[in-house]
Amino acid sequence: MNKNPILEIRNLQAGVEGRKILKGLDLTINAGEVHAIMGPNGSGKSTLAAVLSGKPGYEVLGGTATYFGKDLLDMDPEERAREGVFLAFQYPVEIPGVNSTYFLKAAVNEVRKHRGEEELDAIDFLKLVKERMKVLHLDESLLSRPVNEGFSGGEKKRNEIFQMALLEPKLAILDETDSGLDIDALRIVANGVNKLKHSDNAQLVITHYQRLLDYIVPDFVHVLLDGRIVKSGGKELALELEKDGYDPIIEQESNLVTA
Amino acid sequence: MSTVVDPIEEFVNSDYKYGFITDVESESLPPGLNESVVRAISAKKNEPEWLLEWRLKAFRHWQTMAEPKWPNVHYPTIDFQKIVYYSAPKSNKDGPKSLDEVDPELLKTYAKLGIPLHERARLAGVAVDAVFDSVSVATTFKGKLAEKGIIFCSFSEAVREHPELVKKYLGTVVPYTDNYYAALNSAVFSDGSFCFIPKGVRCPMELSTYFRINAKNTGQFERTLIVAEAGAYVSYLEGCTAPMRDENQLHAAVVELLAMDDAEIKYSTVQNWYPGDKEGRGGIYNFVTKRGLAKGRNSKISWTQVETGSAITWKYPSCVLQGDNSVGEFYSVALTNNLQQADTGTKMIHIGKNTRSTIVSKGISAGRGQNSYRGLVKVMKSATHARNFSQCDSLLIGDQCGAHTFPYLEVKNTTARVEHEATTSKIGEDQIFYCQQRGLSRQDAVNMIVNGYCKEVFRQLPMEFAVEAQKLLGVNLEGSVG
Repeated sequence: MNKNPILEIRNLQAGVEGRKILKGLDLTINAGEVHAIMGPNGSGKSTLAAVLSGKPGYEVLGGTATYFGKDLLDMDPEERAREGVFLAFQYPVEIPGVNSTYFLKAAVNEVRKHRGEEELDAIDFLKLVKERMKVLHLDESLLSRPVNEGFSGGEKKRNEIFQMALLEPKLAILDETDSGLDIDALRIVANGVNKLKHSDNAQLVITHYQRLLDYIVPDFVHVLLDGRIVKSGGKELALELEKDGYDPIIEQESNLVTA
Repeated sequence: MSTVVDPIEEFVNSDYKYGFITDVESESLPPGLNESVVRAISAKKNEPEWLLEWRLKAFRHWQTMAEPKWPNVHYPTIDFQKIVYYSAPKSNKDGPKSLDEVDPELLKTYAKLGIPLHERARLAGVAVDAVFDSVSVATTFKGKLAEKGIIFCSFSEAVREHPELVKKYLGTVVPYTDNYYAALNSAVFSDGSFCFIPKGVRCPMELSTYFRINAKNTGQFERTLIVAEAGAYVSYLEGCTAPMRDENQLHAAVVELLAMDDAEIKYSTVQNWYPGDKEGRGGIYNFVTKRGLAKGRNSKISWTQVETGSAITWKYPSCVLQGDNSVGEFYSVALTNNLQQADTGTKMIHIGKNTRSTIVSKGISAGRGQNSYRGLVKVMKSATHARNFSQCDSLLIGDQCGAHTFPYLEVKNTTARVEHEATTSKIGEDQIFYCQQRGLSRQDAVNMIVNGYCKEVFRQLPMEFAVEAQKLLGVNLEGSVG
């Protein structure tokens, strides 16, 4: 089977507030693949998610990110979203006063408009919502509440994946989606993510712990250290990390630098 | 990465959409104010002697008063001798008998503002009394209202056709001695609306007026009087926009509402006067006195306002709850952008027993706008078991604007229950980014958040007015989206 690259990152360097965090990152993600990025605190995991989704305040200092052949870094954040880049936030924000259903309908229709599809009316939209909600075991009453307001930590994370199910992204970036979830919620979230996996989309799972990868099984695991990917492997690499921690790799790295 | 347009900048850079001038010859008095100007205004309108006398008393009283300095707004001293106190579209001297007789230029102006008079009136079932400068140019649905005994006409017409009613009620809620601008208005008011709902009649449609200021240096002094007799009900809508001008224009209107036993008056305003340019030049000074007297038992007065325009707003629609069990409500959205200043709020005066009042105020400050809520809840000794609930929220957009709250409470009866809640919040960059990450533009994100914040107030507006208010807020939040 020919490999169809969705995202190709070359020598990406980026920072925030004058501090360089990503220092030459390379990564290729093909259709149908699930990649996991692991690394200790401060290695640049969340910065990678922020730069790929276009979060204001982050500065690209060099390198490229090509998404379906287009320059991803040149697009506005909303354009990236409409093109199918989805970020499941580590800390989903609350938007008081804005009804969840209204918000989601606007989002779905922006994406549909962009794809040249007809916008959904209220009835069709609610049908879609009901269907996708079941997967995440979300209570329908959440939809009549303001976006994320008063949601529990678990509800917020499930709501993120529910939005992913509605928007059907080509590239989903999950930023520490497992943080703050108990084991049952984790299973539900992971199950949802797995159901959304297709041969024509890809997932980039950013996590601190191996735990999530028991449920979302990656094709590739990358270790991010000081702004670069220093080691890549199959899913067994995650287990290694779980057992030995990041120290052996850090040591190896520092030896390389001094050598 | 592309340059991200700052939403705050978008706010600040958004231009007033309705800035155009209609080319209509005006017939105006020369600038300045003295007794002969007051007499001239009265004469031009062929007013009866008693009204002239009332104006002159007001004028003489005004001369003894000083301009109020307590509001939290700043502006250069107004030279009242430079203001034109009367101007009327010339082609309209004898008054049109129907819409066909209305100057097409005027109709075009309304169309530009999205107020296609004929369609709108017919489709929405709204009787429109359009005030262009100082003289009413169109009145519709009069016949239908007349069948029910409802009087809805321009103030001048009311003076001609129903002098006994005007004489009986004029100044009973806002006397000419009330305050500086009310006195000025009483002396020089040019026109406005008059509405009378007889006993037991429920007005079958929303009554509506559109105001517009369109002649250079024209002070606009509207006078509105609405009387609901026992058991009557009326919902009244007032909306306005003004063309772009360089010089500041003073607007000092007076609105009086009077509700007898079991009567209800619902008064809704969407105000979008020219706020001045980005440097704060031009713009309307909106110094208005609005007051409702809930005189009868079980009567109700409800104010809803959406204030997006004006350079300076100074306005406190109030309720005097005199009748036992009477109810007063105030729902407000006030937006200040660029260098706009607003000092607005309400007064709830509880006199009767078991009187209840609700205040919901939503202030939005953007750019370098300054937004002040000023409210008074006063419970008199006689107001046993009076109840008030106040909620004052402020929303800040950017870090150069300001929000201020001045709540005053005076409670003289120990059985009263008075509650006050206040919050201040800010539209966060993270909220906007969250919306963008789901495919919404920055502008849509800001609009959505602001509309969500204002929902409680918009819900109080009649349906099509709510849509308009939402649109208006969008226009005022609009910028050059990159």
